[in-house]
Amino acid sequence: MSTLAPPSETLPEVSPAVSEETATDFTAAAADLAVILATGKFPAGSITAVPENAGLDQTTWIVDRDVLFDLAGELKTNPATRYDMLLDLCGVDYPDRAERFEAVYHLLSLPRNARLRLKVPLQEDDAAVPSLIAVWKGIDWFERELWDMFGIRVDGHPNMRRILCHEGFQGHPLRKDYDAARRWILTEDKIYQPKFNLSEGGDDLFERMAINIGPSHPAMHGTFRLMAILDGETITASEVEIGYLHRCFEKMAETHTWNQVIPYTDRLNYCSSFINNVGYCKTVEKLLNVEVPPRAVWARTILSEFSRIMDHCVCNGTTLVDTGGLTNFWYLFQPREEIYGLLESCCGARLTVSYGRIGGLSQDLPPDFMERSRKLLEMIPPLVADAEKLVDKNRIWIDRSVGVSAISGEEAVNWGWTGPCLRASGVAYDVRRAHPYDLYDTLDWEVPVLFGGDVYDRFRIRMMEIKESLKIIRQLLDRGMPEGPYIVDDPHVALPPKEACYTQMEAMIYHFKLVMDGIQVPAGETYQMVEGANGELGFYVISDGTGKPYRIKVRPPCFPIFSTFPRLINGGALSDAIATLGGLNVIAGELER
Amino acid sequence: MIQTTTPPTGSPGRPMLRSPHPADLKPYRPGFWERLYLPLFIGLMVTLRHFLRNLFNPGSRYTIEYPEQRRNYSHRFRGHHILTTRPDGSVRCVACFLCAQACPAECIHIEAGEHQDENIEKYPVVYEIDMLRCVFCGYCVDACPEEAIIMSNNYDMAYFNREQSIVGKGDLMKPYTFDEEQLGYRPRFPEEDAKRSRMRRDAFDLVTAAKEAQAREEKKAAAAH
Repeated sequence: MSTLAPPSETLPEVSPAVSEETATDFTAAAADLAVILATGKFPAGSITAVPENAGLDQTTWIVDRDVLFDLAGELKTNPATRYDMLLDLCGVDYPDRAERFEAVYHLLSLPRNARLRLKVPLQEDDAAVPSLIAVWKGIDWFERELWDMFGIRVDGHPNMRRILCHEGFQGHPLRKDYDAARRWILTEDKIYQPKFNLSEGGDDLFERMAINIGPSHPAMHGTFRLMAILDGETITASEVEIGYLHRCFEKMAETHTWNQVIPYTDRLNYCSSFINNVGYCKTVEKLLNVEVPPRAVWARTILSEFSRIMDHCVCNGTTLVDTGGLTNFWYLFQPREEIYGLLESCCGARLTVSYGRIGGLSQDLPPDFMERSRKLLEMIPPLVADAEKLVDKNRIWIDRSVGVSAISGEEAVNWGWTGPCLRASGVAYDVRRAHPYDLYDTLDWEVPVLFGGDVYDRFRIRMMEIKESLKIIRQLLDRGMPEGPYIVDDPHVALPPKEACYTQMEAMIYHFKLVMDGIQVPAGETYQMVEGANGELGFYVISDGTGKPYRIKVRPPCFPIFSTFPRLINGGALSDAIATLGGLNVIAGELER
Repeated sequence: MIQTTTPPTGSPGRPMLRSPHPADLKPYRPGFWERLYLPLFIGLMVTLRHFLRNLFNPGSRYTIEYPEQRRNYSHRFRGHHILTTRPDGSVRCVACFLCAQACPAECIHIEAGEHQDENIEKYPVVYEIDMLRCVFCGYCVDACPEEAIIMSNNYDMAYFNREQSIVGKGDLMKPYTFDEEQLGYRPRFPEEDAKRSRMRRDAFDLVTAAKEAQAREEKKAAAAH
């Protein structure tokens, strides 16, 4: 074990945390309806399962709104179902239906590795769902987003107001009758003012002060606003405000063709934009039922891992900058610079790569891809080791990070955490292992787990994951680059080669059709996830077969993670809040979409 | 702690996590030496090593003194656009609007006119790209059936006002095609693909044609003097 090994009694026995039989099976939840109905708590007809032959990718139930709250509690606590994590909540608007709206809940049972989708149809004049915060705390911001985007009221929510849009915004942008080009003049006087009770702390009132950090503050990693009440240096109450980088990517996607959405996905988690490309393309490929050529799969896996390394380097580097360790930043940014160079030689851009295409990649790998990757494999470990030597046993860093903003695995799951932050709290959930995609199940690698749940362990787990990613890349490079095309040879999905375009009439027609009308994705819906650099990055996509997405919902991993922020920092020092924010790796582009 | 009543069965060789959701925390416990601040000196050795190496071997420095020095980018770099020309110096674009349609940022504006040569039919009277809207995704290059729009590796784009950022046909056709080193993202990369020799010749033609056009212009200008 490396120098990063935790104390011996907590040595991570790396586990898939799932049984092999259900590893790739979405329908593990199919039998749950019988279990739930057998409890006798739910009237007949209030829950109906969508038949399996309806072509859905996972078990889906249509749920009556009146039983939703009880059902959620039952699903979570019933020992036979145990849906302990709420992954995503989103709305869908069907103006032609009698029940216009649909609230869609995506649930995950970590111990059973089962996934379940609940759909709650709602009428337009009475669009409201009960709040499920009492069941899953992580649903808090998702419910606010539901109100913000669709105007679906959430009854019983303690803080029911807009989250992504400005307070002065009118209407609900993701409704189908909302014009995407509509603009509003938003003024400062409408900005939300939190109401803290300053006198709560008794007679030492003069010691307390309200402080506002951000949205334009270098420590707030992008554009977050933190409002806190300080008692001396201790934060007694706090609230975060997001939405400063909101661009309603989901609405814009509805006005573009399927392939045109790819540059938008670059801007979600822009530290590892290629993973977003892969996640989106995989989702659409699943709807299209297209098989990606082995060469593209190979390249996607390698470049995803390089992107993950890059993302972890940025996160750990900036966390240390925020806590005063500037030197690491330079050591950790060197690999990032070179990985950017590799990506640029593949696709022509460093940050916003747009390298994935539905069905493969936008172009072939460059001839020197192997050499450059091998060079990177040699270059990264010494720099990571240098960064580790600087801080790993550094008393100053240990004092700043050990025990800071600690959260237990149980609580983190309740808040909807995924990714390295969750694994630092002792839960070995990794999409690459739990629902293997691409080549991950054919490779020898481990899911590192730590049990401290604090800033220090979040830092260490990223360092360990960098090493696992390098292991994956090394194995793939040793296997050699598969020969063959880099994009699927289907003129309905991928542009024909340029030579064919210039010489053959048929190819030219396909080229024109594909550019003008876009890919014709058959009607249907699907949810597909990949392991993003900071957690499960999911895409819930609905197609109505018109050539443009009907609805795209991104499940951003840092959305539920950042909603925990006040809980993490309350009671700690103000300087700890800064260290916490860095360690969570919240990326505004993805958080606010 | 929540207990599972139906514990999942792990596959052989892969031990299960003892508790899926640990409710207790086991933070890192620093050892005796770490508590003494002594490992700080290991870190100081690291920085000293880097310092000395960069001092005596400036080539190992990672920073670049832009704009005197520049990073080397590949021939796929997606920079400022180029409208390519025919051998006679006229614009190659036939105003088919595919690039404008493919653009996710909707930054291309074309107005078509009738070409004198009826084999060509159309040409762009106006061809404008709003560089502040452009996201440099390269979709226009992919969409172009005429190889009329390609990209250069020029990324120095700065404007004094928004009007300047809307770049017209003249600017797009102007400077970059004369040097092959300045070409960026385009449908083919001749240095990489020997098999497509016919295509390669064409791609060089692009440069030669532009050079010839420039020479002609110069000659014309000289004759006018």
